[in-house]
Amino acid sequence: MRTPKTLHTPVSPEAVAALVSGDLIHLSGVVYTARDAAHQRLVAQLQAGQLLPFPLRNQALFYVGPSPTPPGKIIGACGPTTGRRMDVYTPSLLANGLKIVIGKGPRSREVIAAFKEYQAAYLVAIGGAAALLAQSVKKAELLAYPELGPEAVYRLEVEKMPLIVAIDSQGRDLFALGPKAYAEEGAEGTGETANDA
Amino acid sequence: MRELNVAMVTEAVARLTVEACRYLGDDVRTLLEKAKAEEVSDFGCFILEQILKNLEVAAKEELPICQDTGMAVVFLEVGQDLHLTGGDLTAAVNEGVRRGYEEGYLRKSVLSPLSRINTGDNTPAVIHTRIVPGDRLKITVAPKGAGSENMSRVRMLEPADGIAGIKRFVLETVKAAGGCACPPLIVGVGIGGTMEKAALLAKEALLRPAGEPNPETAVAALEKELLVLVNKTGLGPQGLGGKVTALAVHIETYPTHIAALPVAVNLQCHVARHRTILL
Repeated sequence: MRTPKTLHTPVSPEAVAALVSGDLIHLSGVVYTARDAAHQRLVAQLQAGQLLPFPLRNQALFYVGPSPTPPGKIIGACGPTTGRRMDVYTPSLLANGLKIVIGKGPRSREVIAAFKEYQAAYLVAIGGAAALLAQSVKKAELLAYPELGPEAVYRLEVEKMPLIVAIDSQGRDLFALGPKAYAEEGAEGTGETANDA
Repeated sequence: MRELNVAMVTEAVARLTVEACRYLGDDVRTLLEKAKAEEVSDFGCFILEQILKNLEVAAKEELPICQDTGMAVVFLEVGQDLHLTGGDLTAAVNEGVRRGYEEGYLRKSVLSPLSRINTGDNTPAVIHTRIVPGDRLKITVAPKGAGSENMSRVRMLEPADGIAGIKRFVLETVKAAGGCACPPLIVGVGIGGTMEKAALLAKEALLRPAGEPNPETAVAALEKELLVLVNKTGLGPQGLGGKVTALAVHIETYPTHIAALPVAVNLQCHVARHRTILL
């Protein structure tokens, strides 16, 4: 297993360019959260020319709806949700300066192209490892859209959050390259993969 | 006739919900440990290690294993000689879900499908009731997350598609899900009946102790063959490449129509949660 690289937010263009698909990352700094409903609002606000509740430029966005925070804890369980459902919104956010998005699962061809065009990267956290991921959150505050409940936007301060670079700014995609290396004959099926869907 | 107050049902559902979300069954844990020993990819091993570590942290910190604590799917097997007293059974189950999600700090993820307005307490549950012989009540709570549920499929195959068609459909579903369904998976397959029966069989298949074969030899052989095929896709843990895409394939069958071959594939992520009690 390779040794993890450290990455701090906000990220510099050089730091994003240095990320390579397959790198193990320890991320520290401020991370904003948004999932389906929050994405819809963020993009609608961008289109209406309104100011967003948090800056996008050089920032990191984590696709997560944490479970409620029990008394005495910083945050509840907070693992990633499926990135693909954000595909429709991601290019607009990248076009406005967002550099790092964190989720799980593969992305569409269009979004992979957008990571390349806007020099951004897609990092994945381990889906379902949510209690463990909560341990790297050092501060959490509700930032926007409280009426969305579990889909509200939070500002998190994270320390050494373990992530894997899935799609880098060159468009290299671990979801395509990884399985190819381990596929064996006999499971060809229809050839349809998540990357084509 | 034996009587059971539905207040007991509320209490049981609340407790089972919290336990299911915090503590994974030993059957799944054992398969995850076996997977870690068998996985050959570096990332796969790392991911499986983190998944196992997460189970320890969740238990110790009293946090849910996954932040998606799902929609509460509740199976009731009601003995026909049991008299339920004290109120409405459905309301009692929903009250249990409401309490479990509130008291266990579980995420309330249920909303109206059109307005998208959250119900605020994770109700209503999806309740499947069966009347069975006897005077007991068996309750199973299986909180189901949307990551894997979203990638599940039903297809009305035709008789000519046969077993080869079933295999193709299962593989196609697993591959199309890729990393979205959070592999390593438990693949629940329902074959036969009607459309809704196949879907329910696939869900019920997920309730079997993980890795336990179907008692019918031919079905068990198909489960074994499909598990090998699924693990040849190379998807691996989280879809990032590896040998362990699924921990188990469980198939349930039911007779069907001469013109039909309904097949449902219900994907279950590695957080294969369910808890049962007999009242």
